[in-house]
Amino acid sequence: MNAKNDNLVKRIFAADQFALVLALIVIFVFFSAATEYFLTGQNISNIFRQVSINLVAGVGMTVLLLIGDVDLSIGSLVALVGVACVATTNATQSVFVGIVVGIAVGVGVGFVNGKIVTGFGINSLIATLGMMSVIRGAVYIITNAVAVQVTVPTFTLIGSGNVFGVIPIPIVISLGLFIVFFIVLRYTAFGRYIYAAGDNPEAAKASGLNVNKLKMYTFIICSTLAAVAGLILTARTNSAQPNSGSGLEFTVIAAVILGGTSLSGGKGSLIGSLIGVFILQLVNTGLVMMNVSSFWQEVVRGSVIILAVVLDTARQRKQEIASSKLTQQLALENASKETT
Amino acid sequence: MEYPLIRTEGINKYFPGVHALKNIDFDLKVGEVHTLLGENGAGKSTLIKILSGLYEPEEGKIFLDDKETVFHNAKAALDSGISVIYQELNLSLNISITENIFFGRLNPNKFGFINWKELHTEAKKWMSKIGLNVSPSMKVKYLGTAQQQLLEIAKALATNAKVIIMDEPTSALSPHEIKILFDIIRDLKSKGIGIIYVSHKLDELYEIGDRVTVFRDGHKIETLNVADTTPDSLIKSMVGREIISTIDRKDESTPDFMLEVKDVSTNLVDSVSFDIKKGEIIGFSGLMGAGKTEISRALFGLDAMTAGSIVIEGTEYKQVTPELCAACGIGYVPEDRKATGLFLDLSVRDNISIATMKQLKKGPFIDFDKQAETVQRLIDRLSIKTPTQLQKTRNLSGGNQQKVILARWLLHSNLKLLIVDEPTRGIDVGAKQEIYSILDDLSKRGIAIIIMSSEMPELITMCDRILVMKLGRLNAILNKDEISQERIMEAAVM
Repeated sequence: MNAKNDNLVKRIFAADQFALVLALIVIFVFFSAATEYFLTGQNISNIFRQVSINLVAGVGMTVLLLIGDVDLSIGSLVALVGVACVATTNATQSVFVGIVVGIAVGVGVGFVNGKIVTGFGINSLIATLGMMSVIRGAVYIITNAVAVQVTVPTFTLIGSGNVFGVIPIPIVISLGLFIVFFIVLRYTAFGRYIYAAGDNPEAAKASGLNVNKLKMYTFIICSTLAAVAGLILTARTNSAQPNSGSGLEFTVIAAVILGGTSLSGGKGSLIGSLIGVFILQLVNTGLVMMNVSSFWQEVVRGSVIILAVVLDTARQRKQEIASSKLTQQLALENASKETT
Repeated sequence: MEYPLIRTEGINKYFPGVHALKNIDFDLKVGEVHTLLGENGAGKSTLIKILSGLYEPEEGKIFLDDKETVFHNAKAALDSGISVIYQELNLSLNISITENIFFGRLNPNKFGFINWKELHTEAKKWMSKIGLNVSPSMKVKYLGTAQQQLLEIAKALATNAKVIIMDEPTSALSPHEIKILFDIIRDLKSKGIGIIYVSHKLDELYEIGDRVTVFRDGHKIETLNVADTTPDSLIKSMVGREIISTIDRKDESTPDFMLEVKDVSTNLVDSVSFDIKKGEIIGFSGLMGAGKTEISRALFGLDAMTAGSIVIEGTEYKQVTPELCAACGIGYVPEDRKATGLFLDLSVRDNISIATMKQLKKGPFIDFDKQAETVQRLIDRLSIKTPTQLQKTRNLSGGNQQKVILARWLLHSNLKLLIVDEPTRGIDVGAKQEIYSILDDLSKRGIAIIIMSSEMPELITMCDRILVMKLGRLNAILNKDEISQERIMEAAVM
């Protein structure tokens, strides 16, 4: 009986997300105690509403990081999607057309990013760093750096509307996409291919997988989900802001890495990203409520990320040492077998 | 009396699953060129690495000038006057010749500055000894391969080396450059420097060598004066190992062609043509770098073909991709299982089923029950030792890892051709036999098999025909009745 309990405790401690969930709880409890308004229905609902943008973009970024690539252009893309969507919505007076165009921009940018990376063999960090600048510049050129207002009243519904009168639409969209990709990664061949190609692209090729094609898909997934995030953001502000989404890429990547997804591919999970996104959001909201200056907020946010990655690296090293000890032991056994 | 420059006594070295050196006694005399001969994996490189401090032997002693020494690292050996020139040159291409020669010893003066003028003059002195007449401030990347090779020697001389170890120094040199190198070696000899010289080329051995030591399977077979040997006798003692195998292979080939390879060239392979019938096992032999792996990569579409075509069951392709090959029923087991074969952080289950996920689907999803069941069948059939299917492959032994990759293709419902590159490298004897019988079994079911191997007994046991590569070209095709270790070695080196 006792042994069984020990086992359960051990397993909980060893679980990949244990440290993260613990951190989430600690942060939640801390801010609930430290500020008056943190633990209120209104605030919790707000947190969920705010988290949806990072969550949608984070799902796409997780998929891309799992295959071993990264996309820095999603922040700029959010602004471009906003501009494209608002312009076409105003011109056609159709929200539907605006959404379709916004999504199409996402697909297109993902396609181009993927082509640059797979076609020319360029590191995705560099390729999308360039793209980040190109798109942001294009947005300023198109808008003359002036915000564009939406003239169709139903548009704001995407950002502020509710399903069944209670659940905010952004939450429905983000959780829906989260579940879809959770299933894709865990239960489909495509999902397993992404993990495999991220773990060892050479071995993936030697197993007959088309790694470049897989990469193309993941770039498109990442950009398309970023476009969805862009649509939600645009609807919430009811306008296309030329500088919207700046810095989003770093927040999102930070949240995903915080959630345990490796920058080098093959390791990570959407559950981790979900927790990571929430931790960053709680920290943000809590600091605002504690009236911490926005400069200090940045410092704290950065520190949280560094701390999380340091802890994660330490844990991985421990695992590696354990596994190499096992290998050495096997080698010694074999050697002694041979000499006797 | 004059002691040997360096001497070893009873050296033993173990690697995972391999006893790499067995009781090696070796010595190098003053002013001698001692050549090391042996197949890939015979133990030459391991000995070199022990003498240069890269490996520490588990047992045995090393004597320098008859004083027992222990090298804990490469620097200790270097400080004792032992320099190694590896096949892959160890130069920093983007900095000057002078800096390369005095790497790690750019002693600054008391103000912390380097006296470049003095260093360049010093460098010039060493360069003139090897006939390198360029500016010492030149970047190394502008030197030709031969000049870089000479620079390595200058580097060795500048450390006051008494022993210089050269690992296949001529593999990238032209005949003229080889002549220069040999002149320098003779000059070094006359100054009392001892040289350990590793080469596969017998003619070089006769031109420059004083003594020769032959290695085989980690044993020292013999040490002889070069003058007392003939090329034939040396080849015999290199390969004279008996073949231990329980496989009694009968030719299972059918009249139908599985694959025809027509004048295929890649950047590393030159105009190779051959064919293989269903149920046939053919083998590729050749020295390291002869092009065996490169052929396997071209066949599976991993390296682009620059000329020629591949005919798979009657359909001709100018270019193939791994995806196409897998769809056509061609499987590939790469040479370096950890670097290019396995997903080390993924489970045994994922590793085995990755190439055949499409067979295991129910609608859009993976049928996990079917996957688990199929994978378990293969784990049982190949007796893969793993606690569970969900174990990370990183934690399996080499032999079991190799079986995991084989299982990956055995799961293919329509497997027709299996290309295996070094299928038994670094795995124990028992697992080797198991892999042989799996391959033999597959061929009985009409599956064609191509084996790339540097172990001749393996090829001789398993193959119906053996193709020998040399310098990226096909040098000989040996039919069953023509196969012998001597003939393979001949085609590989002559």
